[in-house]
Amino acid sequence: MTYIAKPKLHHPALTPNALGYLRRDYEGSVSTLCAGCGHDSISAAIIQAAYELDLPPHRVAKLSGIGCSSKTPDYFLGNSHGFNTVHGRMPSVLTGANLANHELIYLGVSGDGDSASIGLGQFAHAIRRGVNMTYIVENNGVYGLTKGQFSATSDRGSRSKKGVVNHDAAIDMVSLALQLGATFVARSFSGDKAQLVPLIKAAIRHPGPAFIDTLSPCVQFNNHAGSTKSYDYVREHNEAVNRLDVIADRKPIEVDYEPGTTISVTQHDGSVLSLHKLAEHYDATDRIAAMAYLAERQAEGEIVTGLLYVNPDPGDLHGALGTTDRPLNSLSDAELVPGQAALDRINAGLR
Amino acid sequence: MTAPLAAINDFVVKFANVNGSGSASANSMFAKAVLRMGVPVAVRNIFPSNIQGLPTWFEVRVTGEGHLGRRGGVDMMVAMNPQTWDRDVAEIEPGGYLFYDSTKPMPPSKFRPDINIIGVPLTAICNAAYTVARERQLFKNIIYVGALAALLGIEIEVIEQLLAEQFEGRERLIKANYDALHMGRDWVKDNMAPLGLQVRRADAVGDRIFIEGNQAAGLGAVYGGATVCAWYPITPSTSLAEAFTSYCQELRVDPESGKANFAIVQAEDEIASIGMVIGAGWNGARAFTATSGPGVSLMTEFIGLSYFAEIPAVIFDVQRGGPSTGMPTRTQQADLIGAAYASHGDTKHPMLLPMDPGECFTFAAQAFDLADRLQTTVFVMLDLDMGMNEWLTEPFKWDDSRRMDRGKVMTHDELEAGRDFGRYLDVDGDGIPYRTYPGVHPTRGGYFTRGTSRNPYARYSEEGSVYVDNVQRLLRKFETAKSFVPAPELRPASTPTRDGVIYYGSTGPAMHEALGLFERQGRRLDALRIRAFPFSSEVDDFLASHDRIFVVEQNRDAQLRTLLMAENGGDPDRLVPILHFDGTPITARFIVSSISSLMDATQPPGSRPLREAAE
Repeated sequence: MTYIAKPKLHHPALTPNALGYLRRDYEGSVSTLCAGCGHDSISAAIIQAAYELDLPPHRVAKLSGIGCSSKTPDYFLGNSHGFNTVHGRMPSVLTGANLANHELIYLGVSGDGDSASIGLGQFAHAIRRGVNMTYIVENNGVYGLTKGQFSATSDRGSRSKKGVVNHDAAIDMVSLALQLGATFVARSFSGDKAQLVPLIKAAIRHPGPAFIDTLSPCVQFNNHAGSTKSYDYVREHNEAVNRLDVIADRKPIEVDYEPGTTISVTQHDGSVLSLHKLAEHYDATDRIAAMAYLAERQAEGEIVTGLLYVNPDPGDLHGALGTTDRPLNSLSDAELVPGQAALDRINAGLR
Repeated sequence: MTAPLAAINDFVVKFANVNGSGSASANSMFAKAVLRMGVPVAVRNIFPSNIQGLPTWFEVRVTGEGHLGRRGGVDMMVAMNPQTWDRDVAEIEPGGYLFYDSTKPMPPSKFRPDINIIGVPLTAICNAAYTVARERQLFKNIIYVGALAALLGIEIEVIEQLLAEQFEGRERLIKANYDALHMGRDWVKDNMAPLGLQVRRADAVGDRIFIEGNQAAGLGAVYGGATVCAWYPITPSTSLAEAFTSYCQELRVDPESGKANFAIVQAEDEIASIGMVIGAGWNGARAFTATSGPGVSLMTEFIGLSYFAEIPAVIFDVQRGGPSTGMPTRTQQADLIGAAYASHGDTKHPMLLPMDPGECFTFAAQAFDLADRLQTTVFVMLDLDMGMNEWLTEPFKWDDSRRMDRGKVMTHDELEAGRDFGRYLDVDGDGIPYRTYPGVHPTRGGYFTRGTSRNPYARYSEEGSVYVDNVQRLLRKFETAKSFVPAPELRPASTPTRDGVIYYGSTGPAMHEALGLFERQGRRLDALRIRAFPFSSEVDDFLASHDRIFVVEQNRDAQLRTLLMAENGGDPDRLVPILHFDGTPITARFIVSSISSLMDATQPPGSRPLREAAE
């Protein structure tokens, strides 16, 4: 199911985007993941989204933790600075990086082990702090690099490749993100490029904490009968609530979905999210209703995908802290170091 | 009957109080009044891990000669806590004074025949003057300050001035405090004579300031250009982050926009704190966290990443006793090895070892230059004694021509001009590579940051030889660090000697006092105060030129001595540990008695006849 383009196979006639970059300018090293890995599809979707959004590739900072998913930032946006941090702690590093320079786009890539097990605390606190970021969990319900142990998102009753049945309850990261105050929450499937690419674009344009839980089957350790994260299982149980089109400013509106109800959500930065509703009555701007709907469908064994919640006018951590408009990493001595005159006053108060 | 102690500007008063009774500000006013009379004081809080109810002590050493270490012993006990009465009374030096609230009669067995009893009916005075319980409680503290002023010769106008400053603009409060102060003073004047212990106006304070090390370090971080602080509350470091916060609010808010030129986050734990610091450092902001030993333990994985990925970070470790609660409100220097080698794999980290609040300020600012210059975590090792007690220190100075040293950062223009960029390439032979800030250039200078598995151009590699080259380069960098960090400070003995003493951190004031006593005893010791790790060549010279070196530390395991042996080949037979680790600050008395008895008992190894070789 890999649709990542390998560097040498480029079609010479590819069209440059508004900044003059080709799609290949957003690619990275060749993936070392297993053939057919869902994660490579997500990398391809990130490349496509960045290309379509006309992002200057070097103005993205991509951060990850440890695990198969966390290796992927090497495989896209090769001109961006990347940071493979420590297991489960990407959210804090991303938070610090964001504090240092709010002008870059922050892309956090993680897995279910990295974010739901060892890193659950950091995931939760970065979300509740309102860090402006796009946080993608490549969720396969299994530890790949250490060969097939259950993760905290494995469903109770699901069976591992070795035949072990998981007896622990699963953590639903989407429900958590909603509860913790993420202002953009989506779920998608690595095998559904048409749904995933617009979601990533919308999340990048979202000026607050944006979370995308992406089901991404592990072809080696979690793609068998009895798994609830396999390609077949997810396809059979996927219930998309909407289809999304992201209309960046100045671009003509194109909606090519089949007829249905369409609503538009204008985000704070001017981008318009055109939501084609598939589920009747589903309102992606109603957080409480979204949580209830998710719980209902989950009880029915369905995996709800699409843009589940968006607050078009979110705040972020910098707003809460009242930081200066200029990146903190660009401030000079004159702005940071008060000098001897201020020290004289301080000394005088300490006698 | 032992003769009553008599001394001018040289005695110790200890206040025994109940935590949360409002005594802290009264006691601190007492100390400051002595200072304002031009007489140096050294004060120490001994406090429990508690907000209200447990015993707390405040020790004031009045020291005309300016000895800022703890002296040990108590000449006058202000015993305001019935819970600790017996041990407080027992602690008084023979001929010393016991000041107590005599409202309720005490049986004679509760006193000692060899001390002088000063009973003042504080509760009775209070009850006559106040009806509200809280007022009785708070003003009792001011009443005893007034009484002590009369007994010890402290000028009442000085205390009045301090009260006026403290309650500036609240005239009613000032008046009420004056009244209480005079109630105590007048009672003593009417009923007692001044004691043998007296404060006399002097001019021994100069322009020195009185400040806690944590506050000084927080200010130093402002001057060091720190813009990101991520921290998690832990005694005894909390007041450092809080001081940084309040100094930033005062000094770092843009006057026009009202916006903050800083970002401070109280993180969910120490792991997230250091993660944020490393993220900010990676992205070109100066960032720090403040913590104590348990926090460093939690941070160690990230500290290793900072070492291998070469990301600047500053950690203030305000050292304390071991885990849990209790000893954590006592002081120690017990995190040295933990910090020096924190993390997995082969790692070592520079540490700065300030002696007092003055160095807390300068080292804090310098730590950010060093972290940028060396692209690694730099520790600043305070301890509870200097961190949470106000110490007399030289006024802060700043050279306005000084600029932040951001180290080797390749710019957009250099990249554009085609300069070769290899993130881990040792172009200058000093082990320090160039780095770029994220977002610098559209097509050049970008790289993927990892731990160890990459070549000099930051490309993935699991080759053993690539790894070895890289970690050898990190050793070269550590060697380079020796010439960047603060050099040790040598105090030679009055005549040449082969005996030496090595010390560091908050041991400084007690050691300096001890050195004077040694000289008077005719013992000659060259003294070296170590101010940073890695140890520079001056330390090697000192080790080589002395036959016996006492290494004085406030921990059980002789941690600095271990570092001297491990890193600089210090000879274990010549390095004699002198260790103080009961949680109280070390004293000159302890140092002198420990070293003197060893010097009397043994000859230095160099002068000993050579041991016969084993056959």
